Amino acid sequence: MRTSTPARVGQYTALLAYLAFLAFPFLWLVSTAFKPPRELGSLHPTWIPEDPTLANFRQAFDEQPLLHAALNSLLAALAAAVVAVLIATPMAYVVARRRSRLAKAVTGWVVVSQAFPFVLLIIPLFLVLKNLRLVNSVPGLVLVYVVWALPFALWMLAGYVRAVPPELEEAAAVDGAGRLRTLVSVTAPLLAPGIVATGLFAFITAWNEFFFALVLLKTPEKQTLPVVLTHFIGAEGVADLGPLAAAAFLATLPSLVVFAIIQRRITGGMLTGAVKS
Amino acid sequence: MTLVTEASPSRRPAGRGPGGARPRRVVDHGAWFLVLPALLPILVLSVGPLLYGILLAFTDAQSGRTEPTQWIGALNFRDLLHDTLFWESFRIGLVWALGVTVPQFLLALGLALLLNQDLRLRWLARALAIIPWAMPEVVVGIMWRLVYNPDAGILNEALRDLGLGGGRDWLSGLATALPAVILVGVWAGMPQTTIALLAGLQNTPRELHEAAAVDGASAWRRFRTVTWPALRPIALAITALNLIWNFNSFALVYVLTSGGPGGRTRLPMLFAYEEAFRYGQFGYAAAMGCVMVAVISIALAVFLAGRLRGGDNA
Repeated sequence: MRTSTPARVGQYTALLAYLAFLAFPFLWLVSTAFKPPRELGSLHPTWIPEDPTLANFRQAFDEQPLLHAALNSLLAALAAAVVAVLIATPMAYVVARRRSRLAKAVTGWVVVSQAFPFVLLIIPLFLVLKNLRLVNSVPGLVLVYVVWALPFALWMLAGYVRAVPPELEEAAAVDGAGRLRTLVSVTAPLLAPGIVATGLFAFITAWNEFFFALVLLKTPEKQTLPVVLTHFIGAEGVADLGPLAAAAFLATLPSLVVFAIIQRRITGGMLTGAVKS
Repeated sequence: MTLVTEASPSRRPAGRGPGGARPRRVVDHGAWFLVLPALLPILVLSVGPLLYGILLAFTDAQSGRTEPTQWIGALNFRDLLHDTLFWESFRIGLVWALGVTVPQFLLALGLALLLNQDLRLRWLARALAIIPWAMPEVVVGIMWRLVYNPDAGILNEALRDLGLGGGRDWLSGLATALPAVILVGVWAGMPQTTIALLAGLQNTPRELHEAAAVDGASAWRRFRTVTWPALRPIALAITALNLIWNFNSFALVYVLTSGGPGGRTRLPMLFAYEEAFRYGQFGYAAAMGCVMVAVISIALAVFLAGRLRGGDNA
């Protein structure tokens, strides 16, 4: 198919507009993070800092316990991802391989769980966790994150399981391998990349999560990075722009790096999950 | 929750392909122990709390109160019916959900069609699409506060450069706050919608397209007769999910405006959050959650019914 020149010009104009729309807010964030106070206070802000500085980063770390918050985020996200994947993988396997009422119920639950306003879940969870003395604790948050990550973990993993031909498992069974043996030595290795991608995805969503963390974590030394970031915005909405931008920029970097690595696998995993369900 | 996009419930014909696998020997009835590790947390920490939450809606549960919680029947719902602030937030939630989802879908569709062409900068678009997708919502909110900042923000500076005034405080203007947060919502969700639609496009048979082109069908006609029918299931699924997610969203607007100015951007979730965790009205906030679920379920049912009917003449 040939496309005419005017059409091409239109296409590239539209594409450039899209790229600008995507990129500019982020570039502005980065630019703000490196600006000295003088340039931030100016009524005519510069696009690129004329006098770039790292002072904002230092000030951000001085003002808020960023390092500690990052550690909390890391712990919560890592624990949630590991536990979610560990318990979701066997279930995803059964759901993918057996057409049963259970599989249908799980699929239904995955869809329904997308529709719930979290406030209806968090009020009772808050009360339960309070009784267990798990409010304002990272382990309590991990519990919530695990359950919250389970639906899409199941969804993605079931897709990866379906991509493994059952014939391989049958062959192993014919060769006399037991069920568990087959799972561990035949299926699991083939699933490994999918499991890693699912785990990383669960990690990112927990790293970025805000609502549950806001409700459950009360004291600054327990709070995760997104919650601590909001402390940079004062009660009146007045913010020290430089440190705010610097901290926000730092909080995004891990997500961007991990996401860049797994992006293709996520779309792939979701697609197989969706197309073949 | 951010993802699980392509929830197209299109089912494969039974017995065809790996998806239609019949029960295999490797997973027999003895497989229940594989299910337990996930099923127990789901029941205890998800299904259970949801039911508990619905029960709470019929009580006067409050935080930090010494008297025992009492069953008060539908009293919360009766109060809710007369709570004009709640219905105002409900209306704002609908405007926000539609205001984000519809333009986002149209833009994403255009883009997906564009990115499906052989264009030079496609890789860059894909790479940049990761930014809004991977960013914590809190950071997206902070970033756009920097963009909208009345003095040091790039938006006003750009407007000043173009001679269009500027110096406006977009997020605290009564008239501009909601449109301003809607624009952020569109920005934040565009990549996901685009990539979902692009994936759908790449599943449509190329030969059909070429055949139609050879037959001299116009671009619009090709879109209507070949592309859209194939794209429709994914487009509908992603739109339904986007509407629900947007209606239930919280973090973005919380960071941008906290619901202000004067409640102009107070989405239902922000309202329920304040009611529960600022004023301690657990029972009342749970009732709000129930109303939200009910409305979403009805909307979803209507949508799915329409979709099934539409499926015949698609």
